[in-house]
Amino acid sequence: MRGAPPGSLASMAQMENERAKNRSQTAKRLIGEFKPYGSSLWLVAALVILGALSQAAAPWLVGRAIDENISKLEPVGLTLRMLELLGVYILGTLVSRQQIVLVGTISQKLLAGLRQKLFMQLQRLPLTYFDKRPIGDLMSRVTNDVDTLSQFFGQGITQLFGSLFGLIGILIAMLFLNVPLALVSYLVIPAMLLTTGFFASRARAAFRKTRETVGDVTADIQQEIGGARESQAFNRSKANIDRFRGRNAANRDANVQAVGITSAFSPAIEFLSTLATALVIGYGGYLVLENQLSVGLLAAFLLYVQQFFRPVQLLSAIYTQAQSALAGAERIYAILDDTPEPADNPNAKVLATLEGRIEFENVSFAYSPDREVLKNISFTVEPGQTVALVGTTGAGKTTVANLIPRFYDVTAGKILIDGTDVRDLTRASLRAGMAMVLQEPFLFSGTILDNIKYGKLEASHAEIILAAETASAHEFISALPKGYETPIGEGGGGLSQGQRQLIAFARAVLANPKLLILDEATANIDTRTENLIQRALETLLKTRTSIVIAHRLSTIQHASKIIVLEQGEILEQGTHEELLDLQGKYAELHARQFRVAKPILAK
Amino acid sequence: MTNSPSRPAPSPGANKAVGRALGYLKTYRLESVAALVSLLLVTVANLFAPQLIRIAIDDGIAKQNQETVLYAVAGLIGAALLRSLFTFAQGYLAERASQGVAFDIRETLFEKLQRLGFSYYDQAQTGNLVTRLTSDVEAVRGFVGTGIVQIIAALFTLFGTVIVLFVVNWSLTLIVLLTIPPIFYLLFRFVSQIGPRFGQVQIALSKLNTVLQEDLRGLKVVRAFSRENFEEQRYQNANTDLLEKNVGTIQSIAGIFPNVILFGNLGTLAVIWYGGLEVLGGKLSLGELLAFNAYLGFLLQPIFTLGFLAAGIARAGSSAERIFEVLDAPLDVQDKKDAVALPPLIGNLEFNDVSFRYLGAEKEVLKNISFQVQAGQIVAILGSTGSGKSSLTNLIPRFYDVTKGSIKIDGYDLRDLQLSSLRSQIGIVLQEATLFSGTVRENIAYGKPEASLEDVITAAQAAQAEEFIAKLENGYDTIVGERGIGLSGGQRQRLAIARALLVKPRMLILDDSTSAVDAQTENLIQDALDNLMKAERRTTFVIAQRISTVRNADLILILENGQIKASGTHETLLETSELYNDILGSQLKGSAS
Repeated sequence: MRGAPPGSLASMAQMENERAKNRSQTAKRLIGEFKPYGSSLWLVAALVILGALSQAAAPWLVGRAIDENISKLEPVGLTLRMLELLGVYILGTLVSRQQIVLVGTISQKLLAGLRQKLFMQLQRLPLTYFDKRPIGDLMSRVTNDVDTLSQFFGQGITQLFGSLFGLIGILIAMLFLNVPLALVSYLVIPAMLLTTGFFASRARAAFRKTRETVGDVTADIQQEIGGARESQAFNRSKANIDRFRGRNAANRDANVQAVGITSAFSPAIEFLSTLATALVIGYGGYLVLENQLSVGLLAAFLLYVQQFFRPVQLLSAIYTQAQSALAGAERIYAILDDTPEPADNPNAKVLATLEGRIEFENVSFAYSPDREVLKNISFTVEPGQTVALVGTTGAGKTTVANLIPRFYDVTAGKILIDGTDVRDLTRASLRAGMAMVLQEPFLFSGTILDNIKYGKLEASHAEIILAAETASAHEFISALPKGYETPIGEGGGGLSQGQRQLIAFARAVLANPKLLILDEATANIDTRTENLIQRALETLLKTRTSIVIAHRLSTIQHASKIIVLEQGEILEQGTHEELLDLQGKYAELHARQFRVAKPILAK
Repeated sequence: MTNSPSRPAPSPGANKAVGRALGYLKTYRLESVAALVSLLLVTVANLFAPQLIRIAIDDGIAKQNQETVLYAVAGLIGAALLRSLFTFAQGYLAERASQGVAFDIRETLFEKLQRLGFSYYDQAQTGNLVTRLTSDVEAVRGFVGTGIVQIIAALFTLFGTVIVLFVVNWSLTLIVLLTIPPIFYLLFRFVSQIGPRFGQVQIALSKLNTVLQEDLRGLKVVRAFSRENFEEQRYQNANTDLLEKNVGTIQSIAGIFPNVILFGNLGTLAVIWYGGLEVLGGKLSLGELLAFNAYLGFLLQPIFTLGFLAAGIARAGSSAERIFEVLDAPLDVQDKKDAVALPPLIGNLEFNDVSFRYLGAEKEVLKNISFQVQAGQIVAILGSTGSGKSSLTNLIPRFYDVTKGSIKIDGYDLRDLQLSSLRSQIGIVLQEATLFSGTVRENIAYGKPEASLEDVITAAQAAQAEEFIAKLENGYDTIVGERGIGLSGGQRQRLAIARALLVKPRMLILDDSTSAVDAQTENLIQDALDNLMKAERRTTFVIAQRISTVRNADLILILENGQIKASGTHETLLETSELYNDILGSQLKGSAS
């Protein structure tokens, strides 16, 4: 709600005008979140009521002071009355201080709890959940939706109760003082509500437009900053600037138009407020002249009238805020209620030490029911073997690799590790014995050191350096000014793609897995470095099982077994020599890749 | 607290930046002045209203004069109408000015960003720059457009009210004014306390979001290493920190704000008490007392406004500083005053003893590079990760300026040429291909938006992209990029190649364009490129890992640690360079078996 003060029309209209589908249920559940704070909540309720009472009491005391003390010439009474007023003010201050602290702390704790729950749920949701949802989307749910709730809790709830009780207190006090004058003053309230509604609906439409245009502007900015290099390489600056100017202007105009509406709103409300004052003076003055009202009461009324506009305005703002909060809460609950990854089978065994025997038995797999990615895959890997997966993009190589650590569950058939179905093992123990290196290495913010020891936090410095050496990463790391303590920004900024991959490699080596999965792990590394890594791996892999996916066939020729995949099915499997003799797909791929090489070697 | 780095209290730099930002208002002089005048009129109308209340009570009700009451009421309504009208005018005009300022600042920023060189983007973070163009501009807009008008109006109201109060009753005024210093003091403390605290909340929040984002992006790594609990702990630490910071701000608010209101209320108390005694003494009328009380509101309002604006200035100041930081960033690569346009490119290129160092880096990434390329030749660049291959090709379209030596194209020093005339004749495929939101066609036609569909298709065919594009749901009109469908690395790269081919450049730079493509596709692309390079006699630079790609090159450069270790054709290198044979061996390993 940048720029717009709470309770202003702009802040109402800037809010997404959306409603939760199941409001009462979401509200009930949200209220349920407060249960752990039960006893404090009673205290809050007491404070709110006390606050409202003190708010209503002050004008009443002023009125009495004028009528009974000033009019009747009682200096001592006036002094006593003023001491009462002082007491009321001080009480109000203490109460509101306590209330702010209590409500604020409770709601912040609740929000922090909700965030933690969300995060934990995200750790448990199956990978298929994330395949369907862009990261930006999830980010915005966890941040923006919790934020709307936070705003509602932070300002909304306190204001809601504060102004509700305040308003009721004021309205009752006015009735108590003088019924006809109170009723006349109330006349303005429906007019205010109508005016608010009138402006709010128009403003909402206008602000929707500003949100859209600002979205265009932001998207443009984001894109052009991300693609700044292309823009320069292709001389696009002028075209880009022109397009941006158009969007920028559309956003400016939409804003000016929206503000045209909101700028008319507060004067309209102010006018109504003055109208109420005029009504009170006009009709109240008449009543005083008719001796039906005292001047003091009239003065008290004037104070009351000036006080009840803010609560009315606030209440309508809070209503909008509550709608957004409920919609946000609903989306948060949708994540929390989504089925997490099936929990470990209750009888799941802990895989003590991984031997490294992998069996695929008639495995089929589909990300979505209508599209089978793997069909009837069967193969066996013995401990210590290196198995290579070969095939064109989309053949299903990565999917095979992803099934082994049970990132996904098979749709049909089964996968056995050391003779046990992976579904009968605890995930943690299954994965503890494996390590993966992916084509697009992911590095966390922190130092290079932190990243290498991600899989083994307790690793010693010597172990880390050894792992880096094995991955051919030690040399370039030591050449950096800060060495292993070099900080890595978001996405590994500053390091080349190849260097990032070497760090990911070192991370996998350090984890000392019995099973190593390399998914295009060396795609961005030059061939000489790749060979260095391979030489190091050869000794490492003697006692380990490994699954290797590679485009460069030269890297996998010594594999114990090569599996050729095409459109989710195994086309051929065997050793390099066997497959060449077969004169099938592998031989064809091989011939194509080495067609240039042969004549060179023939020289 | 005062040493907190996030403290947004106006530094001298921030104040200067605010002043500079205010300069943007010049264009909207008329709106600003009209807004100010409207606001002053509103203030006058405001000050007038309590007088009408006094008249209604003292001259009307007290003197049993119904007519006066009615006149006073009519006056009140009339004043309210005028006030409403001018309030609207003020709000609308101020917004027009402020939106205009935001438009201008954003436009200037965007133009600057289009002009800033690669070395700037090497160090900048996208998210950070986006924030500057959005939230920071917004913060400055809020203050520059309306804040300054409000400050003047608040001061005017404050002094106006004080004067009116003195006229009505000076002794009562003096008593009321006693409550002002503590309120000012409290607001000042509030602003200086809450500012840094909000800053801390923002920092804690962005830390929390970083953990979240990393967890989502590195999902597979997290799960593969069974680090879920570790991540949860990391998140919890950040979450707890945020909670503490949030509670801190709540305590600031709770500690100060109720007291501000208390002092405001004490003003009312003093007026009724002391004023009541004055009425008892016959020195003051009841109407005057009530009118006086009504003025108290006017006294507090501008003080609150000033308090909030003070916080706003601090925010706007740091935002303005961040904006001007971008605007003032030096353009390292730009046209010389007497730069000439490069005539249609022939394609000769010469590196003379070129050394290059990235901005702020200590080490030179390229050292004493010299070589010559004739028009139409193919140059292949080999070398291990980090040897300087991309740095070298990035110098050719002058994305960076050389630190030492010179590069000549068709005999012209690059620095003597107009950038646009140079770059428009060079086609480049960058290592990481960026897709823009839009259709496939728009993406291919990025460098030549007016290209016909036939040209686009021809380029796509040459880049071996035609086949997969045809399979997309809407063919060339399929939306790709952030809001559209995702493409694989290999598909993205082929689009980028098509993009480069479409502009029919006389010189082509391919930065490891085929690394993300499987062998089969690579061969297809290679065939297409071979044909293109040969047929049109383009000068071409290829960075590649694979020997098969570079074998046909007229010149092969082997880089190591930023220096040319060996150069020549495939045949000469095979005989003279051990390193080349080494690389070759690494590629052909096992192929003979």
